[in-house]
Amino acid sequence: MRDVAIVSYAQTQFVRSERDQNEVEMLMPVIKEAVDNSGIPKQEIGFTCSGSTDYLSGQSFAFVMAVDAVGAWPPINESHVEMDGAWALYEAWIKIQCGEADSAMVFSFGRSSMGETAETLTLQLDPYTLAPLNADAISLAALQARAGLDAGKWTERDMAEVAARCRAQAKSNPDAQVTGDFDVDKLLTDPYLVSPLRKHDCPPVSDGAAVMIIAAEGAAHKATNKPVWIRSLEHRLDSHQPGGRDLTTSPSTKLAGKAAGVHKTAVDFAELHTPFSHQEIIVREALGLGKDTLVNPSGGPLAANPLMVAGLARLGESARRIWGGHGSRAIAHATSGPCLQQNLVCVLEGE
Amino acid sequence: MAEHAAVIGIGQTDFDAKRVDVSQVGLIREAAQRALEDAQLSWSDIDAVVIGKAPDLFEGVMMPELFLAEALGCVGKPMLRVHTAGSVGGSTAIVAASLVQSGIHKRVLTVAYEKQSESNAMWALSIKLPFSQTLVAGAGGFFAPLIRGYMQRSGAPDDTGIRVALKDRLNALKNPVAHLKLPDVDFDMIANSPMLWDPVRYLETCPSSDGACALVIGNKESAAQERSAPPAWIHATQMKTEPTMFAKRDQVMPQAGLDCSAELYKKAGITDPRKEIDCAEIYVPFSWFEPMWMENLHFAPIGEGWRMTYEGATALDGDLPVNMSGGVLSTNAIGASGMVRFAEAAMQVRGQAGEHQVDGARKAVGHAYGGGSQYFSMWIVGDQPL
Repeated sequence: MRDVAIVSYAQTQFVRSERDQNEVEMLMPVIKEAVDNSGIPKQEIGFTCSGSTDYLSGQSFAFVMAVDAVGAWPPINESHVEMDGAWALYEAWIKIQCGEADSAMVFSFGRSSMGETAETLTLQLDPYTLAPLNADAISLAALQARAGLDAGKWTERDMAEVAARCRAQAKSNPDAQVTGDFDVDKLLTDPYLVSPLRKHDCPPVSDGAAVMIIAAEGAAHKATNKPVWIRSLEHRLDSHQPGGRDLTTSPSTKLAGKAAGVHKTAVDFAELHTPFSHQEIIVREALGLGKDTLVNPSGGPLAANPLMVAGLARLGESARRIWGGHGSRAIAHATSGPCLQQNLVCVLEGE
Repeated sequence: MAEHAAVIGIGQTDFDAKRVDVSQVGLIREAAQRALEDAQLSWSDIDAVVIGKAPDLFEGVMMPELFLAEALGCVGKPMLRVHTAGSVGGSTAIVAASLVQSGIHKRVLTVAYEKQSESNAMWALSIKLPFSQTLVAGAGGFFAPLIRGYMQRSGAPDDTGIRVALKDRLNALKNPVAHLKLPDVDFDMIANSPMLWDPVRYLETCPSSDGACALVIGNKESAAQERSAPPAWIHATQMKTEPTMFAKRDQVMPQAGLDCSAELYKKAGITDPRKEIDCAEIYVPFSWFEPMWMENLHFAPIGEGWRMTYEGATALDGDLPVNMSGGVLSTNAIGASGMVRFAEAAMQVRGQAGEHQVDGARKAVGHAYGGGSQYFSMWIVGDQPL
């Protein structure tokens, strides 16, 4: 296995609705920033991989135009996953493991504001058995939250505390969207959005883009004196059918975490892709993170949740925090699908 | 550094305009099951799964791999979903190969599919977004002017496309899973078929198909197992992409394709592709793309690709048979089409191609392209490890 490091990362500010720029225009400045900060000339970057979904912009081949933001001339070695950017990172990491490239650019983008996000995600469900029920993403998450409440695994107060903590932590993140100090007692007096979820338990609708440059050992050291090493990168999947699994646990996160070796040494913090408050509790348990572990110092998806970007952003925010001197070892997690169906776990470490 | 990887199992569904007998789940399961049977492996032998398909609007399901994964035995395993436009079937196979070449996994199942009958591809390609060009005539309307460009540049005889279509339609009669089979096809039938997008006639166009293709890719140790057909060793893979809005682009002879094939041959140690490659399965959705891609793949000098078709070089008994299976012109489950090319190339070097087998095929090219010719994916497989 080759040692691979994150050598630079850039993201847009995450906002409720980006109306002035299209996806290419959103990407161009962050690609430039990430490439400039990587110390690797753009034409030397050996592979490019992006993650996005056509269903956010409502058009086939939405990712094709995004390649124009890269300036792909002469033509580049490139691929795309219809997944969160965290899985684009996985494909790029594999390419480097094959020895086909020494460095790679990974990017993702999403303008959730172009449609009704929760309803759009309904189209992600099994078209024969689930989609006709028209259960939107918030309703499915509510079923999951209810299952945990009924099982005595968490309370509505636990959930509100997650939301309040994340948004307070987000105050120091200039790219976050929903930040501030919230009183848990007061939050609990709010009406339900979809019982038992209140507005604060749900992520905001966000638009954004993110770019990461990774490099194998030699190239990483040449490029930067602050590589953040990807010590492990694993992902697993659970059944799609919400009725086919125990929604209060995340077996695929547990499996990925075990394979990634998360239990072997302590970490300074974790960035978890948990868009709904109760999901932080599930993923914490699956990864064996105690109450004393700092989770989502960036604010996490409850502070900004650009679909297809939020997973990659967990890795990026982790790297930024390590670069900022606020820790040297972190767990980053990304998720996809209804109720945490698919999960990726990564252990990151500064030098 | 890369480990050896080989195709050790191949499965294709039966292709048809409407596979109403199966759901999307049933369709991919049919291909995967056939690939596993060919590999003499079971679901539990598979370490990871890579799924590919063209735009999700083609079926109307967002990221359908999430609901399909369970039917492919993915629970508890890694699953990736690739989408690189029409080249996706090829790119998906390449990503699956890289999971083995990297040494991460021993045996990977990869499946690419399209079930076009569950939605409408023409509609899905023609959505009007603000401030963007809309493709009101589907893919044919987009590619016809590029073909005109090629005809003008090369001075190729007007009936070149008809000859390609005739060859591929005759080849399809020898392929048991091909979708469109016209037993009485002849030159006149194609020449007299309606003009759809001048100069592309109805019978010079691909059909809309439902279907899936699956491969099992294994490492050296997995390939050593005795099977009914030997492994197809993956000698080289390559993907290449160029931008869309760029004045320097030549959409008739895209640089991305020229570079992709040149790098592919270099990796595989091939210096004279016309001589060293025994046969090729390439992505020809409209007849004229055969001569265009012959040049783009460096099989013929620029401007001379049509001669290969005209002189019969690309026929089943020619010196470089192309699209022995009947090609995309006979079967086009879009997302699967690239992987079918890669699979058919592998079938040739495994000696599995039955009636459309090229005698003594030892090295074969699989090729796919997508978007408006911005995306290319290719591989070379051989009967021996490189």
